[in-house]
Amino acid sequence: MSDRTPVSPPTPTGAHGPELSKTGAPAADEHQRVERAAREAGGDSAAGRLLDSGAGRNLGLVAVMVLLGVVGAVTAGERFLSVPNLLTVLTQASIIGVITVGVTFVIIGGGIDLSVGKVMALSSVWATTVATQAYGPLVMVLCALLVGAGAGLVNGLLIAYGRIVPFIVTLAMLISAQGLAEQISGRRSQIVTDPTIAGIATTRLLGIPLLIYIFAVVVALGWVLLNRTTFGRRTFAIGGNSEAARLAGLNVRRHTAALYVLSGLCCGIAAIMIASLTTTGSSTHGTLYELDAIAAVIIGGTLLTGGRGTLIGSILGVLVFTTITNLFVLNNLATEVQNIAKGAIIVVAVLIQARARRADP
Amino acid sequence: MSENLTSGLGRRRFLLSSLGIGAGAALTACTSNAPAGGPPAASAPVAGGAGANSEPGEQVTIGFSAPAADHGWIAAIANNAQAQADQYPDVTFSPVNPTNDIAQQIAAVQTLINQRVNALVILPNDGSQLTSVGRQAMEAGIPVINLDRIFDSPLAYRTWIGGDNYGMGVSAGNYIGQRLRDAGVANPVIGEIAGIDNLPLTQQRSQGFADALQTYGFAVGPRQAADFTAQGGQRVTANLLQAAPQLDAVWNHDDDQGIGVLAAIQQAGRSEFFMVGGAGSANAMRAIQEDNTVLKATVTYSPSMASSAVSVARLVAQGRGLSDFAEREVPASITLASATITKENVGEYLPLGFES
Repeated sequence: MSDRTPVSPPTPTGAHGPELSKTGAPAADEHQRVERAAREAGGDSAAGRLLDSGAGRNLGLVAVMVLLGVVGAVTAGERFLSVPNLLTVLTQASIIGVITVGVTFVIIGGGIDLSVGKVMALSSVWATTVATQAYGPLVMVLCALLVGAGAGLVNGLLIAYGRIVPFIVTLAMLISAQGLAEQISGRRSQIVTDPTIAGIATTRLLGIPLLIYIFAVVVALGWVLLNRTTFGRRTFAIGGNSEAARLAGLNVRRHTAALYVLSGLCCGIAAIMIASLTTTGSSTHGTLYELDAIAAVIIGGTLLTGGRGTLIGSILGVLVFTTITNLFVLNNLATEVQNIAKGAIIVVAVLIQARARRADP
Repeated sequence: MSENLTSGLGRRRFLLSSLGIGAGAALTACTSNAPAGGPPAASAPVAGGAGANSEPGEQVTIGFSAPAADHGWIAAIANNAQAQADQYPDVTFSPVNPTNDIAQQIAAVQTLINQRVNALVILPNDGSQLTSVGRQAMEAGIPVINLDRIFDSPLAYRTWIGGDNYGMGVSAGNYIGQRLRDAGVANPVIGEIAGIDNLPLTQQRSQGFADALQTYGFAVGPRQAADFTAQGGQRVTANLLQAAPQLDAVWNHDDDQGIGVLAAIQQAGRSEFFMVGGAGSANAMRAIQEDNTVLKATVTYSPSMASSAVSVARLVAQGRGLSDFAEREVPASITLASATITKENVGEYLPLGFES
């Protein structure tokens, strides 16, 4: 899949013509020309061009995955490459992965959602109260989805129609969702007694845990929505240049609100998954998930300013982080080192991204 | 035509908004946590009084300050203190709003000092950072009962009462060591799932665990730190089980995160080892009693210490001693022992368990 830039702003580099160089350019322009020439020369190599394209950035992540796989195979051998371990990695990635799908949409649409982790916690708490559990599994799922989408709707309305910066709105939502989750749960872990919900995490189809199927379905639906529908194309347009999108006749506000509802809905799905995986609903769920999700989206090659990005890249980002955690536990290393490694990977990924942006007109 | 359109739109809006309101009402009904006809919640443990000390003495006011609950254990601390104070007709209990902010807790304790309470029970957010306010209280003539997290200076408290983190590790190590030795396991693989590694209490627990295992000639194998949450416990355990295809025993430091640890073990379908918990939650005790999981024991770090602290504060304020002691005064320091709860004795301890 390729990057889409339907509304690309005019590039300043095109304004300077060759006529400048004819008229004996000053030293500063000379410098610029040299730099541009160097860039063009660098872009000529096939590898350089590949690295600069969207697919290339995904390929870079695939390379990182392969590298991690080699490190795993060397340091942990069969324990790493065994099927149960790979399924464990995918299961651990499934929850943050579903959340990342929603966050990818919001970021491509030019926004940010800091509230995802705690909206998931709130949904998990709301869906596992004694009262909700008494209604059975269907109501629990419905409740989680409604609470998630509802929180997303509040975010979306405040951002799109209230004209408040997304950073502030979703930060406020993070804090109040945490507070509400604590109030409802009385700061306790609510045990899931419903056997159907608890059974999601232990159910396997063809030897693969159900959670991984849910993850795969959400990613597939997200990919189709982003790349094969008008909704997806509008998302890229609004994230790239919302003023241009508005002038082109798109209902920017309604679409922006819809993106946050989508993100909230993903949190609702993730809430049911985590309630099943940990057999509890708790206000402590999802702490710092917003940062994990945003980090995965960024190393996946999505621009933090919006307008460009891929869903597959984000998912690869999630898998990279989850695999690192797995490798560190397999080798019995402490968490601190793991966090240093995560930080380093984010910086390297963003450096590559910045390089790609400079090269891409 | 256009009228039709607008009325159609109006109908759609009406339907949508009534749907929204209906969903909202249904959701609100879902926030209740009151058990429907289930068993009543376990009552808070209180220290029974006997002898002369149970007789009402002079009327005293006891101030109480603790962190805000973000964990079943802290929630139980506040409940237990309140329940214990309610036992005494001669005690006025004066708790301040719980907070996780150091500055706010200092301010709250200063308010209690200004109210001239007769004794203070303080579980500080951080022992070092509340030492000075503890000293202020002592200098103002108010005896301070320092609960669990210890102040830097003995001048800041009249009596310290708290749990034994090192001893908790020792209890877990002894149980696991003895059980493996009895089973005749040579070179066992012993896993450890700790709390938060930065905390001194986690370091002490791990040290005690390693030291106790060493007396049996065993050592800790795979070890990872979770973060006292069910989610962290699940994540770390799922990975750790892959790291160790064969385990003989596991010690999990905390029963709250243990919910997630047990879930991960169940999801992996593993049962070749036994597990020991920590803290002593009611959930863990029920699992031990039912004996249908790998959890076979838990070592206590009981929040019932808050009940004892209030009881001690009353005696100190009234100038009485502990009745079975020869001394006329309450001791300056009381370290509670960490008990090992197994299927055999779980019945005795169930009333002390806290709901996580």
